[in-house]
Amino acid sequence: MQNVLIIGATSAIAQAVARQFAERGANLVLWARSAEKMGIVASDLRTRYQAKVVIEAFDFVDFSHHAPALDRAIAAHGELHAAILCHGSLGDQAASQADFSVTDQELLTNCRSALSFLTLLANRFEQQGHGTIAVISSVAGDRGRQSNYVYGTAKAALNTFAQGLRNRLYSKGVHVLTVKPGFVDTPHDRSPAKRARSSPPPDRVARDIIRAIDREQCVLYTPWFWRWIMLIINLIPEPIFRKLKL
Amino acid sequence: MLPFGLGRSYGDSCLNDGGDLLVTEELKHLLAFDAERGMMRCEAGVTLDELLRFIVPRGWFLPVTPGTKFITVGGAIANDIHGKNHHRAGTFGCHVTKFELLRSTGERLICSPTENTAQFAATIGGLGLTGLITWAEFQLLRIENSMIDVEELQFANLDEFFAISAESDADFAYTVSWVDCLAEGPSLGRGIFMRGNHARGDSLSHRLHRPPRLGVPVEFPDFALNQYSIQAFNTLYYAKALEAFSRKIVHYDPFFYPLDAVNHWNRIYGRRGFFQYQFVIPFSGDRKVIREIFQRIAASGQGSFLAVLKTFGERRSPGMLSFPAPGLTLALDFANQGWETLSLFNELDQVVLATGGRIYPAKDARMPARVFQECYPRWEEFRQYIDPAFSSSFWRRVNSPV
Ligand SMILES: Cc1cc2nc3c(=O)[nH]c(=O)nc-3n(C[C@H](O)[C@H](O)[C@H](O)COP(=O)(O)OP(=O)(O)OC[C@H]3O[C@@H](n4cnc5c(N)ncnc54)[C@H](O)[C@@H]3O)c2cc1C
Ligand SMILES: NC(=O)c1ccc[n+]([C@@H]2O[C@H](COP(=O)([O-])OP(=O)(O)OC[C@H]3O[C@@H](n4cnc5c(N)ncnc54)[C@H](OP(=O)(O)O)[C@@H]3O)[C@@H](O)[C@H]2O)c1
Repeated sequence: MQNVLIIGATSAIAQAVARQFAERGANLVLWARSAEKMGIVASDLRTRYQAKVVIEAFDFVDFSHHAPALDRAIAAHGELHAAILCHGSLGDQAASQADFSVTDQELLTNCRSALSFLTLLANRFEQQGHGTIAVISSVAGDRGRQSNYVYGTAKAALNTFAQGLRNRLYSKGVHVLTVKPGFVDTPHDRSPAKRARSSPPPDRVARDIIRAIDREQCVLYTPWFWRWIMLIINLIPEPIFRKLKL
Repeated sequence: MLPFGLGRSYGDSCLNDGGDLLVTEELKHLLAFDAERGMMRCEAGVTLDELLRFIVPRGWFLPVTPGTKFITVGGAIANDIHGKNHHRAGTFGCHVTKFELLRSTGERLICSPTENTAQFAATIGGLGLTGLITWAEFQLLRIENSMIDVEELQFANLDEFFAISAESDADFAYTVSWVDCLAEGPSLGRGIFMRGNHARGDSLSHRLHRPPRLGVPVEFPDFALNQYSIQAFNTLYYAKALEAFSRKIVHYDPFFYPLDAVNHWNRIYGRRGFFQYQFVIPFSGDRKVIREIFQRIAASGQGSFLAVLKTFGERRSPGMLSFPAPGLTLALDFANQGWETLSLFNELDQVVLATGGRIYPAKDARMPARVFQECYPRWEEFRQYIDPAFSSSFWRRVNSPV
């Protein structure tokens, strides 16, 4: 993986992925909405690993920016070998329930912006005939639950979209990876309940992601035991599931 | 609110009962490193552990390090920490060239010996009260390998300690002594003197430290530590240096950070926990005073596992409330025996104050306001630099009118 694009580069998981790629000597292009935060992330990568890092800050809901940003990313170090989508927000389920405009905003951030990136990347990688696209989804997309089904809907749409792309691009030499993290210790969700569960650090999740990219895995649950937790959750019959407080 | 590093301060200076803590764990980025000059700039939540992992393989070391590597750069500045090289290198603050201070108004101040000098002086040793340090720049120390060339010498009493100390300070970058506080009579103040230098030569190991492998899984019952078990431990420890003199080359990790090898070592003190007590007294008349202090501790029957004695040097820190001053410093831990322990501390306070000494806030959970104000006469001058939105449990205790 020589040239890697990281979308949502200020996310804790993205930072850990970027560090591990930089440690292997990759050249990076970082995208995020906050120039200031991303500048600090880039300085860290340059200081620790002497990495070649190019950054571009823009709001991901500004779709007109997507295609020209991708052109500049390719111009920076040459053809991309991998692109990883990391941005996302847990949102506010109660507020989304009360007001569809909040739901709409959540879908825009977590899903539609990502679908636009995926469309552009898929076409570009198809043309070049190689490359890996990894998209960070969530176990929350596997089954709708009352506590966060708006976020879950966005992730479920990403899952299906990525699955379709994987199928479409397989014969073109392009690989698509769907990453489904369980709980990870990041600012994404800092509720006391979650902290008490002692979630794994983002470094561990990043290691799993990079290994899955190397092995061309299709769907990654990380940490691994989430695969089995979700298997059980998915097996619960809906008439029973609807009664659960989840 | 109050910035929070890794909470390795022993008392309430890192706590803010009823208020908010600004957790700095996301401030962990390295911002710039000049490999030629050894100048490091990093965010304030970077730990010394992480720094060592980066700098040691590049031939650099921390300019000053405390007895644990699990503290942050922000905590090192806010308590203006000292190490075994104080007699030569001064405090951590002596090596800080610049930092950014974020105030609750959103204002960002670049502080250095030439810019915003008053905030620079107030923040070094400023107990986190002047604002949030977001990043800092400091000078590292060149090393040729990861090893320390160490000598250990037994001393049978305090006079021998002073003799060894006098001959060591000039030739050894690091000096520290462990003292058996339960020994009385002619053995009063017996102990082991450790002195060392960074080993020379490129052929020695450059290896890094490893993560802790041992741990104390549960709190010990309260009866586990008592006068007899501590006496036994201290006697064995003293006997460990069976030869009166030994020399060896050891890795920096066991030399600087022996407690880091055991996760949750504090649990051996059980539920009730323990207190630390550290003071410095000026060199003048120190023999009589330190002897009196050891006598009082021995007489109280309250043992200390780790009594650490060291000389502080002349190098002055820019910090307004910085603890170290030229003289003799002693750090003690005491299992919490409630009232008995606290009244021993009150007695020791009087001896320390009478000789013009002071007590270390980073290791304090009980000093009364009067004692703090007498130890740190510049505290009133300091008050004007406190961020109006910042406070700590410690500060509310010592800032009250007497
Ligand atoms: C085993 C052990 C050995 C030790 N040995 C020594 C020693 O040899 N010498 C010595 O001097 N000390 C020693 N200490 C004490 C320790 O070095 C200090 O208490 C240190 O300040 C702890 O740093 P921390 O990052 O855990 O900060 P905390 O304990 O969390 O906070 C300490 C202070 O720093 C402030 N602070 C933290 N981050 C920031 C920031 N970003 N901006 C502004 N203020 C901030 C806090 O508000 C608080 O006032 C030792 C402690 C232990 C546990
Ligand atoms: N942490 C978990 O427990 C967990 C579990 C399952 C799935 N995930 C998924 O993992 C991915 C990474 O999450 P994380 O845990 O690393 O979270 P994080 O540290 O909170 O990062 C979230 C990132 O999304 C960015 N972002 C949010 N809204 C944006 C917008 N409108 N435009 C541009 N960027 C936006 C944020 O940018 P700013 O820095 O500018 O705010 C930030 O970089 C996300 O897709 C998340 O859904 C996380």
